[in-house]
Amino acid sequence: MKTLLSANEAVARGAWEAGVVVASAYPGTPSTEILESFARYPGVYAEWATNEKVAMDVAIGAAYAGRRALTCMKHVGLNVAADALFYASMTGLEAGLVIVSADDPEMHSSQNEQDNRRYAKFARLPCLEPSDSQEAKELVGVALEISERFDTPVLLRLTTRLSHTDTLVELGERVERPPTVEKYPRNPAKYVMVPGNARKRHPIIEERVRRLAEFAETFPYNRIEWGDRSLGIVTCGVATQYAREVFPQASVLRLGMTYPLPRRLVQDFAAQVERLIVLEELDPFLEEEIRLLGVEVYSGPQGYQGGKSIFPACGELDPGVVREAAIGAGLLPPAAAPPVLQPETGELPARPPVLCPGCPHRPVFVELRRSKLPIQGDIGCYTLGLLPPLSSIHSCGCMGAGIGVAHGADVAGDGERHVAVIGDSTFFHTGMPALLNVVYNRGKTVTVIMDNRTTAMTGHQDNPATGRTLQGQETVQIEFEPLVRALGVEEVHVVDAYDIQAVREALQACLAHDGPSVLITRRECALLPEVRRQWLPLRVELEKCNGCWACIRTGCPALFKSQEVYEKTGRQKVEIDPLLCTGCEVCAQLCPTEAILFRAQIEAEVSDA
Amino acid sequence: MREINFLLAGVGGQGTILASDVLAQVGVRVGYEAKKAEVHGMAQRGGSVVSHVRWGEKVYSPLTAKGEVDILVAFEKLEALRTVEFLRPGGTVLVNDQAIIPITVTSGGAEYPDDERIRAVLAQVTDDVRWVDGIAIAGELGNARVANVVLLGALSALLDVPESIWLEVIEQRVPARTVDLNRQAFHRGRQAVTR
Repeated sequence: MKTLLSANEAVARGAWEAGVVVASAYPGTPSTEILESFARYPGVYAEWATNEKVAMDVAIGAAYAGRRALTCMKHVGLNVAADALFYASMTGLEAGLVIVSADDPEMHSSQNEQDNRRYAKFARLPCLEPSDSQEAKELVGVALEISERFDTPVLLRLTTRLSHTDTLVELGERVERPPTVEKYPRNPAKYVMVPGNARKRHPIIEERVRRLAEFAETFPYNRIEWGDRSLGIVTCGVATQYAREVFPQASVLRLGMTYPLPRRLVQDFAAQVERLIVLEELDPFLEEEIRLLGVEVYSGPQGYQGGKSIFPACGELDPGVVREAAIGAGLLPPAAAPPVLQPETGELPARPPVLCPGCPHRPVFVELRRSKLPIQGDIGCYTLGLLPPLSSIHSCGCMGAGIGVAHGADVAGDGERHVAVIGDSTFFHTGMPALLNVVYNRGKTVTVIMDNRTTAMTGHQDNPATGRTLQGQETVQIEFEPLVRALGVEEVHVVDAYDIQAVREALQACLAHDGPSVLITRRECALLPEVRRQWLPLRVELEKCNGCWACIRTGCPALFKSQEVYEKTGRQKVEIDPLLCTGCEVCAQLCPTEAILFRAQIEAEVSDA
Repeated sequence: MREINFLLAGVGGQGTILASDVLAQVGVRVGYEAKKAEVHGMAQRGGSVVSHVRWGEKVYSPLTAKGEVDILVAFEKLEALRTVEFLRPGGTVLVNDQAIIPITVTSGGAEYPDDERIRAVLAQVTDDVRWVDGIAIAGELGNARVANVVLLGALSALLDVPESIWLEVIEQRVPARTVDLNRQAFHRGRQAVTR
């Protein structure tokens, strides 16, 4: 029986079938669903770690202890975990370890589109790339076998298009595997990477790459599909699908292992086709490796100009992009493109992602905007505070960056007060060391911890502040106030994020303090199920509205300009969409004419009726 | 069997993902290889959301190229304009007669296109445009959130798939206590469109 699964779900299934016992990850789009899905299988341990580096250490520990292990992260998560990646490559392990990197071509929800195949070469690891969910499932088991046979972690690279596409998968059963060691290994020469031991390990991992390249020659997921030999395409990952779709006649060498490359297989394929091209997303990773083998790669009529040939290095591929590039390089006739009618639409209003109606970050940004100070952002829903009309985020680089950046600007002595905003989960991830650094070095940064009691951006995962683990067990619930006091912050304020006056006063107190301070703005994400049950749409009494738009300037999507106008100014009045409003009362607090009814007023109306 | 490429376009929170899940599953149930790709940005709500669903004997790319979509299902009118260039000339557009005003209109200077302009733009690509008032129908049933299933019902009227398959798949996918409501929504949508 075949089932539709995303590649993320298929990886989870594959890990379960192949006897993975321990999995640890930090949520990050597009990888998050792998662990959410894996955690639901019987007989496994799965956890949300506080960050990707911790997650990888946990998986490595399990593999050292002789149990098959999995860790998953988005591409930039591997930067956080890179230190662990490199030592694990040096030590090898006792049981299979798969590291899943879900890359994000097109940056659907990321700050860059780094190509993590480069980590495989950098850290001397094999890299496997599936082309659909079925292969994703199979390659997890294959990766674990390679891991154990060659004593190496294995990188399994997905991309957004695989992670978030459902294709048919044949399900299998779980094969239980006994631990590969009887007790935890005491083997310092292999596992204690002091220089004397590490120097002996380095030649071993270089030799391992050579053996893997030999293995790749007959690896069944590296295979040629012969067609017309005038064009040969080397491809991998989801680009394999585009190769088949756009060039149905061509010969195709599909690489399921993209590092190290099978030298003879590539050279033989190249020798038997008239023209060889490489079709891959993002970096010219395969192209560079193939050129290093001395194989000629066709680059189009202009010849090789360096960099990537024919297909774009930026953004996601799709059949349209591939076809257009192929026509441009003379590989396909112009008539190969389907007729597209591009109607004259005129300017269409953009629909950017926005902070949701009822978002507890909104009132905090209303007050931060009022302060006119530079605000350093971080990674989470609150990054959307950058958009107009809130326009209150002035940098956002990576997880945990904001506090350090704010401190750097502070000690640079530009005379302004500096503020960092960070979410609850991101604070645990990498914010804590940065805040300790502010305290230790006598900085004056104001840190706003926007505590919405969940990891909202990636879809409401638990974290150390929620009191629940990934597998639903009750656990400690970390409170921020004692935590930041323990980090040495003396000026700490905790307010309800929905209470605008309280946010304003606490922010003023932080700014008046001549030292580090923390403002914790606490309120559950409006989309959490228990909060949804309390939604109560508010209403505008139109006769009282004077069209000042103080409410509109919060950027709440539930507010819209009415057809009715305020006669004195001719400005449109404001109405509330009852399908969207949650009843957070932020707009009601800002309304100078008391035209927006509070929940208590609405409830009173209901009970009167 | 005829290959069919669908594009579902809407706004985060409208239930396009559930609808595309159902559509892909129905494709599998009638014997196609189906693939479903979701393209959504950062926000859970409020941003543009697009799903590609492809039915075929053999499907390679999960994404459909511009000019190759047979049926565009727009859950929101502006999103119909934004995605109509994906439509094969002469293909079918099913439009939910609902406007969700983006923030760039409410608090920026942008203007939401009026119905006349929307009709004129769609007419440049195809004559086959079907309008469904999904929100009104769902509202009559007592829950505006089932508009997505009303749209699925309307879509089903354009396809040669037994109604029972649609209903079985929908029932598997929605919460048990909403099965009756969703059945009604599907039926009302199916009646709202004629082939």
